[in-house]
Amino acid sequence: MLLDANAGHYQDDELVPAAEPHAAHAPSDAAVETQADLSAEIKAIGEAYARALKDGAAPETQPRLDFAPYRSSILRHPTKSLHHADPETIELYSPAFGHQDVHALESDLTIQHNGEPQGERIIVQGKVLDGDGRPVAGQLVEIWQANAAGRYIHKRDQHPAPLDPNFTGVGRCITGPDGSYRFTTIKPGAYPWKNHLNAWRPAHIHFSMFGTDFTQRIVTQMYFPGDQLFPLDPIYQSIVDQDARDRLVAKYDHELTSPEWALGYNWDIVLSGSKRTWTENEAFGDAGDEE
Amino acid sequence: MSKLTPTPGQTVGPFYGYALPFNKDNELLAPGSPGSIRLQGTVYDGAGEAIPDAILEIWQPDSEGNVVQRTGSLVRDGYTFTGWGRAAVGNSGVFTFTTVNPGPTEAGAAAFISVAVFARGLMNRLFTRIYLPENEEALAADPLLSSLDPERRSTLIARRDADGGLTWDLRLQGGNETVFLDFERSEGATQ
Repeated sequence: MLLDANAGHYQDDELVPAAEPHAAHAPSDAAVETQADLSAEIKAIGEAYARALKDGAAPETQPRLDFAPYRSSILRHPTKSLHHADPETIELYSPAFGHQDVHALESDLTIQHNGEPQGERIIVQGKVLDGDGRPVAGQLVEIWQANAAGRYIHKRDQHPAPLDPNFTGVGRCITGPDGSYRFTTIKPGAYPWKNHLNAWRPAHIHFSMFGTDFTQRIVTQMYFPGDQLFPLDPIYQSIVDQDARDRLVAKYDHELTSPEWALGYNWDIVLSGSKRTWTENEAFGDAGDEE
Repeated sequence: MSKLTPTPGQTVGPFYGYALPFNKDNELLAPGSPGSIRLQGTVYDGAGEAIPDAILEIWQPDSEGNVVQRTGSLVRDGYTFTGWGRAAVGNSGVFTFTTVNPGPTEAGAAAFISVAVFARGLMNRLFTRIYLPENEEALAADPLLSSLDPERRSTLIARRDADGGLTWDLRLQGGNETVFLDFERSEGATQ
């Protein structure tokens, strides 16, 4: 198990252009860690968590910052406990976004170029709620993702899958009065990376959201139901609790599916609780868009 | 008390670079305009290496200490101070913002900038604060700072540069690790 001495090696490795097209089929470096190595580590952590739960530990709801199977985390997690602080003034508010900031068309990732992107067209829809179930109205949602072939438009993603000239993979929207968001996009492909030999990320869409308080800020990833890569992925598995993991998986929704057009997925996001004392207007969702 | 369980965070990953940055994202006001200062720093990992793939957001009151609730952060008009900005670090791990010195939000309070940090390899965003170095009395009375031992406390206080700007480095791990904040009492760092 690689922990300290060579950790930097992995960090750099992830940035290097991916293997030559055929290299993945002819692994030459016997020292490279395999999926079996990584899966054994993930399993051991999972079993320790199951024992802790049985002994009465509280279920974990967030990813572990210290999760060695995700090699890039080894030198990038705080080793000291997070310090409790009561949020003050500025932290009890979020920046305001509105339709000056985001055009309505930015929520459709399939119309940003001259032609139709390749792949399976999907609708992803849901609500942003705070921990008390209040809708987060008029707030910014940003997404980014790989194309249908699993390729990102990013100079560091050089693996041999095709770019799609009709797909960038970036979208934004402002939530409605009921906290709702909706994107039209293409189902992203699985993405190979260099955490270990034959590492593949399950298909995912990156989501970035703001709440009503800055303390609710979250960046996360939405996954698709039934992905066979879930047990193998150190990033998904960094959330050790199955119920918590399930909160990142969208539900297929046939009611949302549009005939002869797009498959529908539903995914609601719950932010942490607001610490602010709410006025009546805010509680009914009038905050946010001043346009 | 929260009634619903929050959705877990996940790492921002390596590929935010074509998605999260936007034009003038790090210019809360135009560089060189009256009152503008440079806020800069470097993000380091536990080996003391600057990291090239972190992205920071700052959120702060205006110079009078007012919490601003104006739209226009993503499409800046060059005149409206929105209080929020975003800066990806460059290849050498350095980030730069153009902003104003935040005012204290209450009389006598220590003035600070709220920070959220995201990085490849960082499983969940981290929160911290950047305090202005000048008002020692206010710093001494600050509830957060006074709950920290002096060595750790110093990680939250910026240095004043000769040009009037602020320098503040962020260390994700290691001896001089930045103090990161838990507003929930439930997110333990290293469990």
